[in-house]
Amino acid sequence: MRQGEISLAGLLALFSLYLMWKSTELPIGYIRGQGPGGGFWPFWLSFGMLLSCGAIAWNWWRGKSPASQSDDPIMDAFGWRTIIWVGGGLVAFVALIPIVSMYGAIALFLIYYLRFLGRHSWLLTLILATALPIGLFFFFEAAMLISMPQGMPFTQPFFDVMYDIIY
Amino acid sequence: MEVLSFLTDGVLLALAPTNLFLIVIGVTVGLFIGAMPGLGSVNGVAILLPITFLVPPGSAIIFLAAIYYGAMYGGAISSVALGIPGASTAVATTFDGRPLALQGRASLALVTAALASFVGGTVANVFFTLFAPILASLALSFGPPEIFALMLLAFATFVGLGGDDIPKTIFSICFGLVLATVGFDTISGEPRLVLFDIPGFLRGIGFIVLAIGVYGIGEMLWTIEQTRGEITTTNPKMTAKGMMSDTKEAVRRGWKGTWIGSLIGFFVGILPAAGATPGSLMSYGVAKMVSNTPQEFGNGSPNGVAAPEAANNSASTGSMLPMLTLGIPGSPTTAILLGGMVIWGLTPGPRLFVDESEFVWGLIGSFYISNIAALLINLAFIPLFIWMLRMPFTILAPLIFVLSIVGGFAASRSMHDLWLIVIFGIAAFFMRKFDYPLAPAVLAIVLGPIAEPTLRQSLLLSSGDPMIFFTRPIAGPITIIAIILILLPAIKLIRGSRRVEEA
Repeated sequence: MRQGEISLAGLLALFSLYLMWKSTELPIGYIRGQGPGGGFWPFWLSFGMLLSCGAIAWNWWRGKSPASQSDDPIMDAFGWRTIIWVGGGLVAFVALIPIVSMYGAIALFLIYYLRFLGRHSWLLTLILATALPIGLFFFFEAAMLISMPQGMPFTQPFFDVMYDIIY
Repeated sequence: MEVLSFLTDGVLLALAPTNLFLIVIGVTVGLFIGAMPGLGSVNGVAILLPITFLVPPGSAIIFLAAIYYGAMYGGAISSVALGIPGASTAVATTFDGRPLALQGRASLALVTAALASFVGGTVANVFFTLFAPILASLALSFGPPEIFALMLLAFATFVGLGGDDIPKTIFSICFGLVLATVGFDTISGEPRLVLFDIPGFLRGIGFIVLAIGVYGIGEMLWTIEQTRGEITTTNPKMTAKGMMSDTKEAVRRGWKGTWIGSLIGFFVGILPAAGATPGSLMSYGVAKMVSNTPQEFGNGSPNGVAAPEAANNSASTGSMLPMLTLGIPGSPTTAILLGGMVIWGLTPGPRLFVDESEFVWGLIGSFYISNIAALLINLAFIPLFIWMLRMPFTILAPLIFVLSIVGGFAASRSMHDLWLIVIFGIAAFFMRKFDYPLAPAVLAIVLGPIAEPTLRQSLLLSSGDPMIFFTRPIAGPITIIAIILILLPAIKLIRGSRRVEEA
């Protein structure tokens, strides 16, 4: 944890510096007759972030924060595995949306999570993986008039049937 | 007495069968829209606006106001049951609502939220009825320096909210404020902070993207890792007897927060451009400050649920005031309502109370009736929301992920934002591991777009002299209180460490 805290503070300090540099693309000073330039507010806030990172490092060096006093690892093997499986599932879920549509991606994500991570029965998995996307389709497309991504052309027959029901 | 007579007429108008039916439907629809992460009152009002052209303007505005009320009540449901603030106004409700749910006291949190919302709404209605014209002129005296001072006060309360690690809290505030500047500079119109030159950032980063990332993804990953996927809610139960005792407990342990929220919420709500989010946040901060048990805040304090909930309802009514009396909307939802009024042929402004008194008093009467309807409908649906929490965590978790992604897309309609949600979620998980408080960042991204223009306009007014925030009669005291509040935790910390050194 100790190593992790200072590494994260360093990373955030670098990000703060990047934001400061990026802010200077617009004027950061006071322009007569126009007030502060467009970069003024983000530049000084990023500078505030940088100073905070300095203070976090100072507290770390003095051993004031709980993480700086701990030699435990950030996570054990089980924790890393869980986060990779769940986080990876989420990344795959979002990556699949432009391919199999929002509703298709929801169904696949639910099958993956409920069946393979949650170890629920196939019956429950399939009921939820079918009912939820269909319920959300009617809620968003019919009631809220919000169109979700429809994926690649091969999903079109599904949408044709569903839109026939609505209209 | 004249006011009472007008109000009686207004209430009777709201109780007409058609209007009463519209109130019940509006509140119920609003409740479910508000409970959905990513959707808030603004979506409900905007989507249902065209339907209102089928009924007279008086009934139409009553219907939309009922949706607005219902959505304000519904925001708490998502915060408590799912741990995701569905709207920015419900962020502060998550701080104590979620811990209560995790302790198996979701019903107490939801009952407290419902009762506090009811009191907040009622107090605001009474103020609205009695003092509308006077308060409208008071709101007008708030210029950019006063609004910025108010934002500073809101940021000062963040420092108190962030826990003991002040540098991490300040980092979080600055981070949220910087994220709010991504996109375009609203004054010069030039692109600004287009990170890594990715065009998606030209659209800016919305509050909902960060909120869903932090709470819907980051917080869930954290819970899964901490509990190893085991069920975390300790058997939430819902019986009639239990609900009665929750009601008593909510009144006993939440009254202070309710009153604080009701008063602060209303006065912040009437200010143009401020609205319910800073109101609910300030109420939470003040309730914590004046509490005898501030250590309970953040760990499941009923006062911590009551204060923001009373405030956001009170502010919702308050924000109608500048809309009706001055024609200035106090929130995005009231902006749409204002648009509706113009389409219906009404002219909001000082003459509205005289020229269209039946419309105005019918609307005010409907506030009272909607508030009662929202309380009853909300209480009736609490068992349904509690049932949701009884689902095994391995079912609830993927449902929350799905609602987060689908709600995130509904709010922004952009794949770029969905990727940002996932990135923010994973980053939030690691920052949470190292005790970075993320609520201040979420709130800062909401208030940033108000704070920056008011700061720049104020400095332009004063030719760059920051003393403008100290010398004006309203801005001065607010700025000084804010600075004291910011410095207070630092002074306490220094004095504490000196005592330790002396010992």
